[in-house]
Amino acid sequence: MAHAYTPGLQVTPHTILRKERILPLKGEVLVKEGDKVNGTDIVARTELPGDVDIVNMAYELGSDPKEMKAKMTVDEGDPIEAGQAIGKTSSFFGLFKHQVNAPNDGTIETISEVTGKVLIRRPPLPVEVTAYIDGTVVDVRPEEGVTVQSPAAFIQGIIGVGGEVQGPLKIVVDSANDMLSPDLIGEDCADAVVVGGRLVTAEALKRAQEVGVAAVVVGGIHDVDLEGYLGYALGVAITGHEELGTTVVVTEGFGEIQMADRTFQLLKDHEGDLASCNGATQIRAGVIRPEVAIPLKGEAEEVEEADGSMAVGDTVRIIREPNFGILAEVTALPHELIAVPTEAKVRALTVRLPDGSDLTLPRANVEVIVS
Amino acid sequence: MSEPRSILATDCGSTTTKAILIEKDESGYRLAVRGEAPTTVEAPFEDVTRGVLNAVQEVEELSGRTILDENERIIKPEGDGRRGIDLYVSTSSAGGGLQMMVSGVVKQMTAESAQRAALGAGAIVMDALAHNDGRLPHERIARIRSLRPDMILMSGGTDGGTVTHVAEMAEIIAAADPRPRLGGGYNLPIIFAGNVEARDLVSEQLDKKSELHIVENIRPTMDEENLDPARDMVHELFMEHVMQQAPGYNKLSTWTDAPIMPTPAAVGAMTETVAHREEIQVVGVDIGGATTDVFSVFEGETEDEDEEPELVFNRTVSANLGMSYSVSNVLVEAGVDNVLRWTPLDIDAAGLGNRIKNKMIRPTTIPQTLESLMVEQAIAREALRLAFEQHKQLATGLKGIQQHRTIDQAFDQTLSGQTLVDLMDLDLIIGSGGVLSHAPRRQQSMLMMIDAFVPEGITQLAVDSIFMMPQLGVLAELHPEAAMQVFWRDCLIPLGNCIAPVPAKARPGDVLAQVTLAGKTHEVIAGEMLLIPSTGQEKTEVTVEPARGVDVGEGRGQTVTRTIRDDGVVGTVLDGRGRPLDLPEDPAERRELLWKWIRALDIYPEE
Repeated sequence: MAHAYTPGLQVTPHTILRKERILPLKGEVLVKEGDKVNGTDIVARTELPGDVDIVNMAYELGSDPKEMKAKMTVDEGDPIEAGQAIGKTSSFFGLFKHQVNAPNDGTIETISEVTGKVLIRRPPLPVEVTAYIDGTVVDVRPEEGVTVQSPAAFIQGIIGVGGEVQGPLKIVVDSANDMLSPDLIGEDCADAVVVGGRLVTAEALKRAQEVGVAAVVVGGIHDVDLEGYLGYALGVAITGHEELGTTVVVTEGFGEIQMADRTFQLLKDHEGDLASCNGATQIRAGVIRPEVAIPLKGEAEEVEEADGSMAVGDTVRIIREPNFGILAEVTALPHELIAVPTEAKVRALTVRLPDGSDLTLPRANVEVIVS
Repeated sequence: MSEPRSILATDCGSTTTKAILIEKDESGYRLAVRGEAPTTVEAPFEDVTRGVLNAVQEVEELSGRTILDENERIIKPEGDGRRGIDLYVSTSSAGGGLQMMVSGVVKQMTAESAQRAALGAGAIVMDALAHNDGRLPHERIARIRSLRPDMILMSGGTDGGTVTHVAEMAEIIAAADPRPRLGGGYNLPIIFAGNVEARDLVSEQLDKKSELHIVENIRPTMDEENLDPARDMVHELFMEHVMQQAPGYNKLSTWTDAPIMPTPAAVGAMTETVAHREEIQVVGVDIGGATTDVFSVFEGETEDEDEEPELVFNRTVSANLGMSYSVSNVLVEAGVDNVLRWTPLDIDAAGLGNRIKNKMIRPTTIPQTLESLMVEQAIAREALRLAFEQHKQLATGLKGIQQHRTIDQAFDQTLSGQTLVDLMDLDLIIGSGGVLSHAPRRQQSMLMMIDAFVPEGITQLAVDSIFMMPQLGVLAELHPEAAMQVFWRDCLIPLGNCIAPVPAKARPGDVLAQVTLAGKTHEVIAGEMLLIPSTGQEKTEVTVEPARGVDVGEGRGQTVTRTIRDDGVVGTVLDGRGRPLDLPEDPAERRELLWKWIRALDIYPEE
């Protein structure tokens, strides 16, 4: 039987999920191997050097940079408080006095006799990393972070925005083909991971933000609505740092596209369960897809990831227009290159569409739906 | 060095490692075979040499030559029975290439010189900081912290010039306490190539916080740019630090006969070699999924007319203009109307956004319908056009210098720092990247490049079908003759020539020029395009007699006779559309015109 390789997104009811939780700089790990943790628990902490204030002292004091050190009331390395005098000058036998105060709390980092500027380092900024998923600490990298593991149901989306959140799953539509409209988002959706169907509208996103929904998981979104939600047009798919209030995970793509039945059913099976959700996406080398992880109680066996190979009889989704989003069955995987209407000769496959007709199209334009 | 009989060259890209085998026969050096394999810098292999060996094994299978011994080591030199090779070289852009920040005192002067040096060394310039960049100090600090470059190139001040502004920039960089992108246990490399008198102050600030290297000033005087020392140091540090973070490079660098070069630097080296050896002015473009690189070699500025101008190389990389990962950004930057103006179909603008974004999130899909191909090629035109615009802005003479003018020139209001890109003097455009190299019809590649670059006068066009320029570029450093022979024989696919007269004014239907090629005379008509099939001759003479007020390279109304290659796979395009290339505002009128040109050049199949 002919096989072909095509990468698909992971949608699995049982897997062993491992999440590396690593600090941006070296710091302190707060848990140890074997500890049970909740998603919101802080597992590691560090401090980033604080921001810098630059005071143009020579200008403020009206003096030459070379003479400035003499007029400073503090030295390099001294801690200071906001409003504290850091430099003084007087003229006309002390008649006129001028004082420069620290704009913020911090430490004097440098006093430059060349530029006449003083750099004040504000207090360090604490950075904390949470466990993100409920699970067990299975690996500790001293000073760097940990790996948290849990049996979980796991769904990868195709694109998302917004960062990590946790909340109970709430299914507000009846079917995978319903639209997520604002009237479906009640006050009871606050802090929940809300699951919609084929499309989330701009109004529904606004409503979700107002109510305080943790995340929206949906099949499709119009690009203009995403632009409206972000406040700018998305040029490259590198997301996750947006501060939007509500994270969005899109499972299928742009436009109105029914959420894959398997995805919808899996989410429905876990209604009410706590889900960890992240919109971060990076479509470049080292690809990152958005995700919904639902930690499972008890044990789960590790399911081998689908190897991405495709065979006759498999179900695939067409991922390029025309027929974008349609599910079809593979009927042939010819070896020879086949000319498509553009005249390009490509590796192709033949699929049977839901209406019973056959279609030949490039293999690059389908993805396997794991059954 | 002695003449190598066989050469192996590899290019380790972000996703694919490509190997080529060059062999010498009676006629000289020729490409024998090429092989490729996925790049293996990421898990589970985490060793770039695995991908190299896999690509080389494919070369072995295809060529019947034994290159690797039983321990998977490259056999050198070549022995009896097609065993081994004489020379091995490699380039690399794996791991995202080289990402740099640059700084200077004045944005348009030293910061721009630093940018040219970094780009020329093959880097992506993430940002250029300058005293007059309109940002507050804390904003600059935040920027350095968030970008986390692989390396910083500091310039600023002519020798004996400002010290204060340079010191201030050093203070800002020190305050940011930058950490290298790839992390790990090494300090960020910083190169200072500015005012000699500021060296001590810069060292004082940065010596402890970074690995500081000091080289000659990039701009020792206002009217002198000295890029080479900074560029060489970037290469050295790239090898020492950045590449060392990519797994397997230490091993790979012991295999090669020349230092591993960043891929774009190698393409630049090849473009320069071609321009110098053939004495031509060249533009090269590589349009990828995420970025578009533009390379050019044009004559530089001279102070007086008798002086022979030097050829000046420039490179720019438009980090977010590309055909898959960055396709949505092309739409954002160009605007929907600018993209749709190139399609002869009535495309639903509202649905276009969703379609383009679906390509962005599933970047490996390919156009399946003619309409989809037309949209993709329309986007390519805009990506190329925007990347070329950015290139023109950086490929300039030095700004801010006083030009010596004679009385005759005093009324010539040209300013210093004008772009060096002169479309009338451009001799050759080389395109590469999937959308150009793999277009179903070669005419499509040719028209995309003509529409995007709008060449004037007589210009040859070609594509590098398998993107061999990186390997040839690094080879050119050791053996330029071999690199040049393979370049002309096997790397380039000549498409043909574009003859585009530039009228001061013209009405549709006016005869702009008479073109005599291979004994036949053709008219270039305003508003029309015509394709003359190639004769297949490697060299032939063309004479272009422009009408009054029309320029084809020698001034208005002046006849041009030139020897051109007439063996392109498309032929010679007579472009009567005038310059600048304006398309009608009215959609119906514009579509009718596009169809007329499409039919004239046989661009798409008739449906």
